[in-house]
Amino acid sequence: MKKILAIESSCDETAAAVVADGRSVLSNIISSQIARHKLFGGVVPEIASRKHIEKINQVVSAALDEAGMTLTQVDAVAVTKGPGLVGALLVGVSFAKALAFAAGKPLIGVNHIEGHIAANYISNPRLEPPFLCLVVSGGHTHLVRVADYGVYEVLGRTLDDAAGEAFDKVARAIGLGYPGGPKIEALAKLGNPKAIPFPRAKISGSALDFSFSGLKSAVLNYMNGAHMRKERIVEADLAASFQQAVIDVLVGNLMKAAAESDTKCIALAGGVTANQTLRTAVEQACVSAGYTFYCPEPLLCTDNAAMIGAAAYTSWQKGQLSDWSLNADPALQLGAI
Amino acid sequence: MKVWESFSEEETYRIGKELAQQAKPGDIIALQGDLGVGKTVFARGFAAGLGIEGPVASPTFTFVICYAQGRLPLYHFDLYRIADPEELDEIGYEEFFYGSGVCLVEWPERAEELFPAHTVWMRIEKDFAKDAAYRKITMED
Repeated sequence: MKKILAIESSCDETAAAVVADGRSVLSNIISSQIARHKLFGGVVPEIASRKHIEKINQVVSAALDEAGMTLTQVDAVAVTKGPGLVGALLVGVSFAKALAFAAGKPLIGVNHIEGHIAANYISNPRLEPPFLCLVVSGGHTHLVRVADYGVYEVLGRTLDDAAGEAFDKVARAIGLGYPGGPKIEALAKLGNPKAIPFPRAKISGSALDFSFSGLKSAVLNYMNGAHMRKERIVEADLAASFQQAVIDVLVGNLMKAAAESDTKCIALAGGVTANQTLRTAVEQACVSAGYTFYCPEPLLCTDNAAMIGAAAYTSWQKGQLSDWSLNADPALQLGAI
Repeated sequence: MKVWESFSEEETYRIGKELAQQAKPGDIIALQGDLGVGKTVFARGFAAGLGIEGPVASPTFTFVICYAQGRLPLYHFDLYRIADPEELDEIGYEEFFYGSGVCLVEWPERAEELFPAHTVWMRIEKDFAKDAAYRKITMED
């Protein structure tokens, strides 16, 4: 069994995991999900989010401990090299390089979006390419054809706001607070998704690209208009109608891609997948079209390091190791080596 | 103070584009305006004015997206998720704010005190007394 120690620090989370053969998770530590006292041994300092440098040592140690291993027993060290926030990425990349160099282990740089897709290999050990994957998170909206392990064709992407971001911005406009996804979904359950006919995005570029900025503006215009006319806004209907518009566009493009594709196997990935209404909508569309549906468990959908370990295993098998010049690439594209 | 009036997204895009064509190394534009007012459209025009092709995605989640392929490097910021200006240190904002590219910063009010003196402050506003598509774009002296 090949055991990979994986590190992820591309945005808000500091995370580390040990993954065996790319599919079996021996430990999966996410800093925001550990009690502060556990992380700092009883002392609870005030720490801002994204202070990766203050957390990474403890998180990596916790991942090794929970896997019952020491660094010498690890076969390789993997790390997210991009895309993401450059300062955040650099902490993980520098830490992983130092660790791998000191311990004499191979180093593997991983694309964060590739990690999200690879989370499906952990949750569904029988899943094999080719398949289609819709990656939806706070920062990414990608429709990808996974042709083979580590081989991707991006069929569609967002031209402006990511899907998760649209949720956050509309939540803020209604006054629900951050993060907006779970709050919109909860409110939407009480509302009528057909109450307000928000536009489904019209795209001038690729037929499978996404755009959510216009929808966000439509929601704000609706609210402004109602205020001007002194009409009461039914927030639950607004949330439900907005959410339905996002889901219709996501599911619509996914099904269009599937109809044109050689594969009838569909997977979801990314933090927005925690939205149960979206999961159910995709699953139902797959069932009625006769497609196979996969989705990782919620903990593997948010930013985590186990998914980075899963993706790294594929790179390793292909001999795609990184050298000591590995650098953070905040604008890394999927498919770029 | 300089004022532009826009009656469509296309005009807002064009105003952004024309401004970018005059941009110099080290310029920093702080772009204020509410959600949905057209900052994304302006930014898209601005990027096009620097000769940047392809999509201009929102930097809300990653705080900054860098574009190197234009006439000057563009650093497109969105400070929407910044709760404390100190968080910008983690991003290494000084490299960009005091660099030789052009910074376009949305939601600058989240960290107003960190902006250099030569920052150009701009604002996009609606006016409900006028058309729903109407936007007033102002640039402070």
